[in-house]
Amino acid sequence: MFKMFLIKYAEIAIKGKNRYLFEDALVEQIRHALKQVEGSFEVTKESGRVYVSCLSEYDFDEVVEALKRVFGIVGICPVVHIEDKGFENLADEVVRYMGQMYPGQKKSFKVMTRRIKKTYPMESMEVSAELGGRILDAFPELSVDVHEPQIVLHVEIRKTIYIYSETIPGPGGMPIGTNGKAMLLLSGGIDSPVAGYMIAKRGVKIDAVYFHAPPYTSERAKQKVVDLAKLVARYSGPIHLKVVNFTDIQLYIYDKCPHDELTIIMRRYMMRIAQSLAKEEGCLGLITGESIGQVASQTMQSLAVTNEVCTMPVYRPLIGFDKQEIVTIAEKIDTYETSILPFEDCCTIFVAKHPVTKPNLKSIQRSETKLTENIDALVQTAIETAETIVCE
Amino acid sequence: MEIYLDNSATTRCFDQVAEVVKRTMLKDYGNPSSMHRKGMEAEQYLREARSVIAGNLKVQEKEIFFTSGGTESDNLAIIGAARANQRAGKHLITTRIEHPAVLNTMKYLEEEGFTVTYLPVDRDGIVQLSELEAALTEETILVSVMYVNNEIGSVQPIEEISRIVKAHNPKTLLHVDAVQAYGKYRIHPKRQGIDLLAFSGHKIHGPKGIGVLYVNEKARILPINYGGGQQKGMRSGTDNVPGIAGIAQAVKEIYTDFDTHVDRLYELKAAFVGGVTKLEHVWVNGRTGRDSAPHVVSVSFPGIRSEVLLHALEDKGIYVSAGSACASNKPAVSETLKAIGLPKEGLDSTLRFSFSVFTTEEEIDACLQALYELVPMLRRYRRG
Repeated sequence: MFKMFLIKYAEIAIKGKNRYLFEDALVEQIRHALKQVEGSFEVTKESGRVYVSCLSEYDFDEVVEALKRVFGIVGICPVVHIEDKGFENLADEVVRYMGQMYPGQKKSFKVMTRRIKKTYPMESMEVSAELGGRILDAFPELSVDVHEPQIVLHVEIRKTIYIYSETIPGPGGMPIGTNGKAMLLLSGGIDSPVAGYMIAKRGVKIDAVYFHAPPYTSERAKQKVVDLAKLVARYSGPIHLKVVNFTDIQLYIYDKCPHDELTIIMRRYMMRIAQSLAKEEGCLGLITGESIGQVASQTMQSLAVTNEVCTMPVYRPLIGFDKQEIVTIAEKIDTYETSILPFEDCCTIFVAKHPVTKPNLKSIQRSETKLTENIDALVQTAIETAETIVCE
Repeated sequence: MEIYLDNSATTRCFDQVAEVVKRTMLKDYGNPSSMHRKGMEAEQYLREARSVIAGNLKVQEKEIFFTSGGTESDNLAIIGAARANQRAGKHLITTRIEHPAVLNTMKYLEEEGFTVTYLPVDRDGIVQLSELEAALTEETILVSVMYVNNEIGSVQPIEEISRIVKAHNPKTLLHVDAVQAYGKYRIHPKRQGIDLLAFSGHKIHGPKGIGVLYVNEKARILPINYGGGQQKGMRSGTDNVPGIAGIAQAVKEIYTDFDTHVDRLYELKAAFVGGVTKLEHVWVNGRTGRDSAPHVVSVSFPGIRSEVLLHALEDKGIYVSAGSACASNKPAVSETLKAIGLPKEGLDSTLRFSFSVFTTEEEIDACLQALYELVPMLRRYRRG
């Protein structure tokens, strides 16, 4: 019955000039999301509203699912869209709508009419009252409640007429492309895809970097990260995933530095490499899935030591989250099942039995001086040989 | 360079197999159940296949059933036999080192109210006959034993097992999972006292998705799927003509010059075992001579995680299998390796190398050279 969706977005963020940027980005993201859906759709911007018109047969649930992944959308309203053929025709359509939407239900309702087309012969209040009466005549089990109705039936009279009463919640946030680009450190675990999702939700375009350590990590582990990037890309749009071969750097650190400092030094080099790739790609920050105290490398001390090599802002959207809270989001965005597939990732392969949990920056820096001979060349090679995989 | 030493996982098809499969897909694609000539032509492949396989096993054609593979053959044999004979008793016997196709089917039957005894094995992965004797009861209706173990290549004394089972109760059925043995041994169920025998196509250079179950005409089993009543109602479903034609072709090929093939496999195995044990602190699991399977070698490399060595070999184009893969976040220790009492340091450090008629001496040498280079290097870097 629905040939159209009215897209609601948060208006607070879109004052002044930003409004156009925001709306244009939203329209573009909706178009992109609907490309994956079977059918033909038209996305239009019209007097402060975004509409999706369905030009062919389509699957309602599939369209709604796609729209629920477009950041910036607060609500999705399935709309019945009719020509203005006089009030009697409108009344018939409204009665038919209520009959199809709420058959036999004992609910309270009210009609909210907005008359944008001022030449319409009746006033808003009049239209609402008259339509309310018609609905009551047709469905005696319904009742009117103007204060706390269970159903609010919206009737918008423009050049044409829009009828809707349901709002399906969208993901909120801001459309991708309204807030620059950042580089996500994607590990294959539960946290980093969620971190990417959360930053993307603020309108930030995402690129990603994965540290691959063959033969210690397998091709399947890499495939898993590609799969995760694709899942995040359903929300964030295409992700350029940089796969960095980290083995030689890891083994070099293993050879030269104390083993209990291995993880922390390794992470400092990951940040350095990520930052360098981020600069190349025009990213304005790094994103990690770190959360305080979750593992040895994520204590306040470790985070401080890791952060010390970064000149670019590092966004850690999960910093105050408990594991369960992260898991809940991972399940919601459908990355959880992929994340828990059992493949070794490069952070755990040489992990010491008792890694330092309160690293001292001076001591870590002293250990790193032992790497002076080859490390720059190794880092340079790792950056130059990084493979780019487009995940969408 | 590609050196495929994972032939216990699956094998490359014989060219002749691929050809016959292609022919049944593009030319003789009829449904054997159809009444017209096209169906009749397809049926010829079934007849021919039954005749080839029955001839090879020295059994009757009507005792051969085609399934989707080793797993389904094991399921049909075990569940089918258990359900058909449960009035005579609800006790089943198997071993601790069976393939999951058997072990998990047994677990399912435990949930259905059957009792299962899991026989232990010795250090070489061989069932102790005294244990079998002790486990048999009045209630025992089925004994299921694998011919060759898939992880370490140990060979069970099938004929002695059959003698003990039948001496105890001639009605107790013996099922043999021969997935790793068929094509490496001449198997004659009637002479060896085997009532049910399962094997699959893709381990003998045939197609995937096709298996065989031999059912002695006197053994009673019930079907486990229902449908159009093909194969005398024992296994409904449109006959998989490409698979059936393919497996029959593979049987023909693998049993041509059979003794030469097997001798050559034992020579390759001896060369590999001799070479790999030159490495320090490395051992081979199970027996290695003519009393073991000709194509499987299980080697433990303590101090190296099997997955790492596997991927390091892969990097050189050499494909092998991990005895049991334990990633840090998923301990999945092999039942077989535990059952033979492998020391803890070997559990996560064992690889399986498995050969086929396509394996060459040069490939064995190249694999050994790769191991000589990788093992000392990988031992330098370890967790902890």
